[in-house]
Formats: sequence, C-alpha cells, structure tokens
Amino acid sequence: MKVTVKYFAILKDESGVDEEVVEGNFGSPKELYTFLKSDKNLSLCSSKLKVAVNDEFSNWEVPLSDGDTVVFIPPVAGG
Amino acid sequence: MKKFRINSNPVKPEALKQELFVPEAGGFVSFEGWVRNRNEGKDVTHLEYSSYDALAVKEGLKIIDEAIERFDVVDALVEHRVGDLQIGEVAVVVHVSSIHRGPAFDACEYIIDELKVRVPIWKKEHYTDGDSGWIECHECSKHAH
Repeated sequence: MKVTVKYFAILKDESGVDEEVVEGNFGSPKELYTFLKSDKNLSLCSSKLKVAVNDEFSNWEVPLSDGDTVVFIPPVAGG
Repeated sequence: MKKFRINSNPVKPEALKQELFVPEAGGFVSFEGWVRNRNEGKDVTHLEYSSYDALAVKEGLKIIDEAIERFDVVDALVEHRVGDLQIGEVAVVVHVSSIHRGPAFDACEYIIDELKVRVPIWKKEHYTDGDSGWIECHECSKHAH
C-alpha cells in the first residue's frame, strides 16, 4: 500500500520534506509513525502527537487504506 | 467567505470588523494577538507561524460554531497569520458581535482559548542569540482528541 505523509513544523524540519509517499504494510497510523520515527530519526514520541487521516482528526489505531493522506500533528501553538 | 481564515499577508483587523456589522448587534469585542519581543526569558527577534491549512480551517470553523451556539452571539470571525512575523505584528485577530456585551466577551475568550489548544498552527521563535525553537503548548495533553 502507498500512503502520503505530510509534515509540518518540527516534523518538517526533522524529516527535511513537506510530504512524501511511503510504501509498506502499515496497519495503522501508530505502525506508520513507529516506522517513520526510526527511519527519519524523529524526536517526538507518538504520545506528544495527534494524528489526522484525510484531513480529519483520527485515532492511532484506525486501519489505513491505500491512497490515504496521514498527518502527524505536533503540539500546537497558535494564537 | 469562511469565517476562519489563514492568511500569509498582514492581518487588517479594522477592515475585517466591517464583516460583523449587522443591525441587531449592539456590542463588539475584539482580541488581537501580537508578536512580543520576549518569551520565557529569551529575547525574540521574530516568529515563524505555519499551519496545516485544511484541518486548521475545519477545526477553526467548528470552534466558531461552538462559540456562537454556546454564548448566543450574532457572529464571529478569526484570521490567523502565517509566515515570518516581526515584533508588534498581528498574529491573530478574533472578532465577535452580539446583541449585548457580556456574551461577546465570553465568546471571544472561548474562541482564542480553544484555538490555542486545538487548531493545527505552530510557532517557531527565533532568538537574538541565533537559536530557534518550535513552541510547545503545554496544555495539549489535556485536550486529547
């Protein structure tokens, strides 16, 4: 399966890209992040993040489908 | 036009205010968040805001709808700046109009409080010593989705 991952803020700085297509067998955002964290040496633990799938807040265990867009959301600081 | 906006150009609170003029409104409350020159003991040169636009607008509109419903105000509007901001620039503006003043104050505070913990917008501070860092919102863990 292929999923698009978009990176923002600290995750964008650390990964060095805005977005990328990731290919693999990822059952959930949790599994995807575990892979990316080690692959890209990301500093934040998943407990510090929220996750969005296809531009909606989601949970870490939702099954991913081919073509999904996933965003891991670092602690926000607007305002 | 949507009432929650992300803008990479300077925010113009006075111009936006026009959108809230309606005959039944008898009160208007506005909050502006400005870029200040110090944070947690460090001298700040400028800020860099970034946003996950699609979800930020969705969540922002949800907050505005909640505020209108909960406090029974007439209307509300939010614009948040992204990109590089200098000291003194407007980072965010929240405008609320209502029949009477009380609900407008309450709704305005609700909107900015919720925005800070729910809307996917991030702030990177650049310091006079050349260092920089993404600011973490410490209340995030209490507002899990």
